[in-house]
Amino acid sequence: MKHCRLSFRTLGRHGFLAITTAFVIVPFIWMVSLSLKPPEEIFQASFSLLPQSWHATQNYIRAMTASPLPRFMLNGVFICAVIVVFQILICAPIAYALAKLRFPGRHVFFNLVLVSLLIPSQVLALPLFILAYQLGLLNTYAALVFPFVVSPLGIFLFRQFFNTISDDIVHAARLDGMSEFTIVWRIMLPMAVPALIAFSIFSVVGHWNDLFWPLIAVRSQELMPPPLGLMAFKNEDTGIDYGPLMAGSTIVVAPLVLVFLLAQRWFIEGLTSGGIK
Amino acid sequence: MTSIEMGQPPVQEDQPSLLHRSTDAVLRRLRLAESLTAYALAGPGVVLLLTLYILPVAGVLFIAFTDWQFGAKTLSFVGLRNFAELFADSEFRKVLANTAVYTLIVVPGTIVLSLAVALVIESGQTMRAFYRAVHFLPYMATLAAMAITWEALLHPTVGLLNQLMTAAGLPTANWLRDERTVLPILAVIGIWQNLGFAMVLILAGLAAIPRDLYDAADVDGIDVWFERLRLITLPMLGPVLMFVVIVVTLHALKVFDTVQVLTQGGPNHASDVLLYTLYRESFQYLRTGYGAAVTVVFLVIVMALTLIQARIMDRKVHYQ
Amino acid sequence: MSGHGLVLRNICKKFGSTNVIRNLSLNVIPGEFLTLLGPSGCGKSTLLRIIAGLELQDEGSIAIGGREVDGLRPKLRDVAMVFQSYALYPHMSVAKNLAIPLLMRRLCAWQRIPVFGALLPGTASRKSEIIEEVARVAKSIGISHLLDRKPRQLSGGQRQRVAVGRAMVRHPAVFLMDEPLSNLDAKLRVQMRAEIKELHQRLGVTFIYVTHDQVEAMTLSDRVAVMLDGELVQVAPPQEIYANPHDRRVAEFVGSPKINMIDVNVCGGRLAEIGGQVLPSELTIGQGTLTVGIRPEAFHLASSGEPNSISAAVRLVEHMGSDLFLHLDLTGVPDPIIARLPAASGHIAPGNRLHLRIRTEQLLLFSENGQRLKQQASVTPLREYAR
Repeated sequence: MKHCRLSFRTLGRHGFLAITTAFVIVPFIWMVSLSLKPPEEIFQASFSLLPQSWHATQNYIRAMTASPLPRFMLNGVFICAVIVVFQILICAPIAYALAKLRFPGRHVFFNLVLVSLLIPSQVLALPLFILAYQLGLLNTYAALVFPFVVSPLGIFLFRQFFNTISDDIVHAARLDGMSEFTIVWRIMLPMAVPALIAFSIFSVVGHWNDLFWPLIAVRSQELMPPPLGLMAFKNEDTGIDYGPLMAGSTIVVAPLVLVFLLAQRWFIEGLTSGGIK
Repeated sequence: MTSIEMGQPPVQEDQPSLLHRSTDAVLRRLRLAESLTAYALAGPGVVLLLTLYILPVAGVLFIAFTDWQFGAKTLSFVGLRNFAELFADSEFRKVLANTAVYTLIVVPGTIVLSLAVALVIESGQTMRAFYRAVHFLPYMATLAAMAITWEALLHPTVGLLNQLMTAAGLPTANWLRDERTVLPILAVIGIWQNLGFAMVLILAGLAAIPRDLYDAADVDGIDVWFERLRLITLPMLGPVLMFVVIVVTLHALKVFDTVQVLTQGGPNHASDVLLYTLYRESFQYLRTGYGAAVTVVFLVIVMALTLIQARIMDRKVHYQ
Repeated sequence: MSGHGLVLRNICKKFGSTNVIRNLSLNVIPGEFLTLLGPSGCGKSTLLRIIAGLELQDEGSIAIGGREVDGLRPKLRDVAMVFQSYALYPHMSVAKNLAIPLLMRRLCAWQRIPVFGALLPGTASRKSEIIEEVARVAKSIGISHLLDRKPRQLSGGQRQRVAVGRAMVRHPAVFLMDEPLSNLDAKLRVQMRAEIKELHQRLGVTFIYVTHDQVEAMTLSDRVAVMLDGELVQVAPPQEIYANPHDRRVAEFVGSPKINMIDVNVCGGRLAEIGGQVLPSELTIGQGTLTVGIRPEAFHLASSGEPNSISAAVRLVEHMGSDLFLHLDLTGVPDPIIARLPAASGHIAPGNRLHLRIRTEQLLLFSENGQRLKQQASVTPLREYAR
């Protein structure tokens, strides 16, 4: 009797979650499925998960050659890497100063960080667009990177983490003769690796997926990051030849999904700590 | 501090004033050194925050009160004219209404669904990590790319949705080209994207409820699931839920990628939302003053919500 | 009002492959205060949770007041529980916390629905009854002035009282308490201990109290059940647990400072020697070793020439106010032993040699496997054997 009720409950649980899982995962499955099919199967009235005649190679080759998709991907990697490196280089020292040093203006600086944290990046687009225009940066890699070289969220998260590190460690490092700069790079950052990873994931995922700013900042195809490039591909590919388009989408989405499946916990932590924004 | 004490000369009782003076000097020099180091460390960050955040916001506020056009050599103050134009514009009122409708579908939809998913995942022991990971997937997948997939799913003839509707004998629609369906469909995609994020926060909130409380509830006779939910789980989750509501609202107000890829605000402005208008006016039509005014409206709404959120976070500590 | 008795028969509980409770049987007398005493991890809290119905036993049965309760939900078992963390509902006022057990019992499911329930006949009158009852209980434990507060606004002691009040309010036949004092500071703990004792005397119902603190067990209980590794080793009144332990582990767990355990050789069924003294006598063991347990207070100062005295070197002196704890070296005994003497025993310094007499009736003998040997030991002077 009790056993029956228990298994009924378990069944209900998995049943409900199967439905929500389907809702969540169907677009992914559909994307991959279409990327394997030839056009005539895509236009069939009936649907099946796997194609009758495999068209995967043709679709993926076309996605990689009809548009500069490899170039988009490299752009994405390059832009994300430069942004993250700049963010860490700039955020870690100021976070250390705010967490561990006493100096006049500390509260003003920290409030500056908090106020910046409140400002959504889309609000900054117009003035930064004008600034980039004035500096002649529009339609360059620099235009894609410069608005993001400092991250108030990065400063905030690093400061939070540095605050949890005991002052005694800083004192000990000073007694050992380290300069403050050395302390930041040699002591604090290595200890803050969890915060560093969480923030890096947040930053990379955000900028890999960003469409808004690249849409404003660049026009030429050879500078486009993946989402923007995909849109350009979609627009020039008139008609609905979904096969190559879905192949392209799969290629753009795949890297993050694969890394996510390998490092789930870090991803979830990183994206939710940043999701506060 | 330790190093200062160690560096002091030995105390000599007959020279107290001299000692004080020299200690003061040492301390002052050390404090100055610490301040200079701090400025050197914080300097780049502070300068960049000012140039990339604070000054641009000031710039937007400034432009919103002028008639400046992108590329123009002159400008003059027009006071609130841009805002007057904005709110007199029936299109912009429609944009605000669309954004509100979108948000009012996405937020309750996301909260209810993610709460249900989190509670159901938590109610058993098996496959927790799997369900958590799968539901989180859409939140991190490139939305622009996934929007193209959604377009294929919603395609009037070859899309999965219409094929299913036909198979079930239900009426089909051209979902993204129909004024009545386009906004709800975009909202469903919004729910699809935010569900996992909200679920993760709620799961964390659930894990933070002390087990003892459920035991006490059992002994006290609160032992039917909906009464546990009503008397223990939901009240204990209250602050977390408030927080999730605000954050998902902020996400919903920032909807852009799906609109840009799928509808471009159409048909007939039925899916025109705040951020898309901001983009179109500022960067396609280059109506800078108008765009700045839209930006200011957006900023005010987002800031207000963020401040409410900060207020809630302050009072978040509920238990002890 | 009087409590129910409680009978546990052959209870077994496993978590995975570890046996938390092994075939445990216990008879709790109606109205008694029984303490489950044992070190952390011995299974005492699990046993309490099994009694409450929060955990299900793998085998065995439980009867409360003569009624089998094995399949019953906690609500139907007529027990109340005070948790270590108090488990007060943080989002409810003290009054609501106290009212919940009554609301859940006296209102039917429809009447409990917010707003709608209030419209049903009978809800209002039952609710006002409950409010009165809550007020009465609050008054009896001195928390009337706290009824409108939330748990987070209360001090540790006040929270503890509210937790007790929540248990009291529905007049359960059995009170279960899981280390209720362990979150309080030392001073408050003494005060609350007395209050719990008083409460038991006033209510006269059965209390089952779990603790790892032997002082709580000794001061509160009618009977103490010492639990080690999932088994009950001894169930007896506190004095007997202390004076007459059945097992070496019980003797070692109860008593502070710890009992001195000295391994001695039994030679030819008769002889054993400690510090120059020979122990008995009518032991049935022919050959081998046994352990002599000597409580610290079994030692007394003797004059140097006194017969039956042993001599010991003082290593360390600890002044406890009313008592002195002496750490002593005894010839032939590897570890130092501890003796407890009255503070007025004169000036004793490390390095001194003392002469001590052992009260023979307080000696406890244990066999090698830890079993208590019931034979009374007596100290016989060496020269009598020489004769």
